Amino acid sequence: MIHIDRSMVGLAAATLILAAMGGFVPDWLAFILTLALAKALVVQGVVLQMRAGLVSFGQGLFFCVGGYAVGMGGQFFGIHDAPLLLVVGALAAVALAAVLGLLMTRYRDIFFAMLSLALSMILFGVLVKSSDLGSTDGFNVHPATFFGHSFSNESYKSVLYLLTVFLAGGGALILHMVHHSGLGRIWEAIRENEIRVEYLGLSPRWLLYANYLLAAAFAALGGGLTALATGHIDPEMAFWTTSGEFVFIALLGGTAHVAAPFIAAILFAFVRTYAIEFTPHTWQMILGFVLLGIIVFLPKGLWSLVQSKRRAKA
Amino acid sequence: MSTPILQTKALCRSFGAVTAARDLDVTIAPGEIVGVIGSNGAGKTTFINMVTGYLPPSSGQILFEGRSILGKPPRAIIRMGMARSFQVAQLFPELTVLENMLIALVAAEGPRPSFILPMATAKRVRQAKDLLEEFGVERFGDSVVSAVPQGARKLIDIAMALISTPRMLLLDEPTSGVSVEEKFGLMDTVMRAVRRHGVTVLFVEHDMEIVERYVSRVLAFYSGEIISDGTPSQVFADEKVRELVIGHGHATDKKRNMA
Repeated sequence: MIHIDRSMVGLAAATLILAAMGGFVPDWLAFILTLALAKALVVQGVVLQMRAGLVSFGQGLFFCVGGYAVGMGGQFFGIHDAPLLLVVGALAAVALAAVLGLLMTRYRDIFFAMLSLALSMILFGVLVKSSDLGSTDGFNVHPATFFGHSFSNESYKSVLYLLTVFLAGGGALILHMVHHSGLGRIWEAIRENEIRVEYLGLSPRWLLYANYLLAAAFAALGGGLTALATGHIDPEMAFWTTSGEFVFIALLGGTAHVAAPFIAAILFAFVRTYAIEFTPHTWQMILGFVLLGIIVFLPKGLWSLVQSKRRAKA
Repeated sequence: MSTPILQTKALCRSFGAVTAARDLDVTIAPGEIVGVIGSNGAGKTTFINMVTGYLPPSSGQILFEGRSILGKPPRAIIRMGMARSFQVAQLFPELTVLENMLIALVAAEGPRPSFILPMATAKRVRQAKDLLEEFGVERFGDSVVSAVPQGARKLIDIAMALISTPRMLLLDEPTSGVSVEEKFGLMDTVMRAVRRHGVTVLFVEHDMEIVERYVSRVLAFYSGEIISDGTPSQVFADEKVRELVIGHGHATDKKRNMA
């Protein structure tokens, strides 16, 4: 039986508030929020893996697969409906993860991190050399329909914003349940002591395989939404700095709650936007200082502020 | 005669030039409480590791309830009805004791845990608390494992092993790292629980007082071989065992002299 807790009510309320905000926030803010929420979905997958003791520096691989599936679906296969394109992207990523996961789940720690990075860089290299897919420039993604309805440019952005908010909210609710489920807690147990998990009669490898597939699906969903929002895809989506950004946001938010990646992604988007605007040549340095500050003062991420406040109340 | 719960035939294991187990023929009947003794490097833990699938033997056979378990991974052997605890308690250190027990309960329900239904259901929490109470460690339920004393960790480790309702339990030095004052209390608790659950037990132990008090049969290992097999009094009286394993003037000798 599913138990509805305070976090689930909070997540549902936050989803509705964000959806309502779409009606009056300026376009530029809606755009930043759309991209931040899409990115947060990818980060949810990174966090899912971190909770199981794995750090992926290659989640850009599935982010890119999701983005290219949306772009190629419209360009080459005549699929123009956004929800369908997102489903195709997620399925493509899961199919790829099903193959790569057989290899990846044999590795742990730095080996997993470096192998994930290597795989995403292979995709980057393939895309850069694929002139039919626009090589380094990528190609533009045509505006999609939503359940068969097409919208004008302004309405399109609003509908996409709403779709992103509801997918992010729905994804967060599902992941919240996953984190507290038997499997979610066993992933944590694998991080703590894999041998013991094996001696409880479970296969850590196959349980991590499921984790890998789920993380890939979320990354592809984020990639697809990003492609629809920006109207463009390019191989940079699979580049290691993109994957590094996801890890950055995961560390910024922490792994203790599903809300953390959303808060971190939104904060990251604003810090980056303003850093680029005010110090266009040194914005990376500002981001570096932010991460340094988080690691030194809040090693468990921004969510630890909420936790310490709750503890003080209790 | 009923089928032995565990039987090994000519079991061997080598690490390069070192032979850690040589032609081990062991037959254990259901319900027996067997102690394994031997000096460091005698092959006791290697034996347990082979039987529980952690180490593949170099040659030989292992039968659990008449079925070969050779080549099976530990998880498959656990699912067949065997369980083990470790010399150093193998728990999830950053999770609470109750969470450790709940994870073991979820695992015992099947190899594919639910990814939606919550782990901490009222039924599982009650079962976990009952088991913690049975082992006398219920007061640690909400503590993270890393903050729990060593003796309690050992008990939690064994309690977790028993959750899968095994028919055979292998304990690797259950009293190692436990204070002299605590060790008998710990063993009393463990033996009470295993008797209640009707489990056959094989345990490795260095403490001869513990072995003498709790087991019905002793296997003495030396240099990868079994040099004596019998009741505690038979094995402790064996000159070879006294010379190579327990040494003369051991506590068991003193007790006999006093008697």
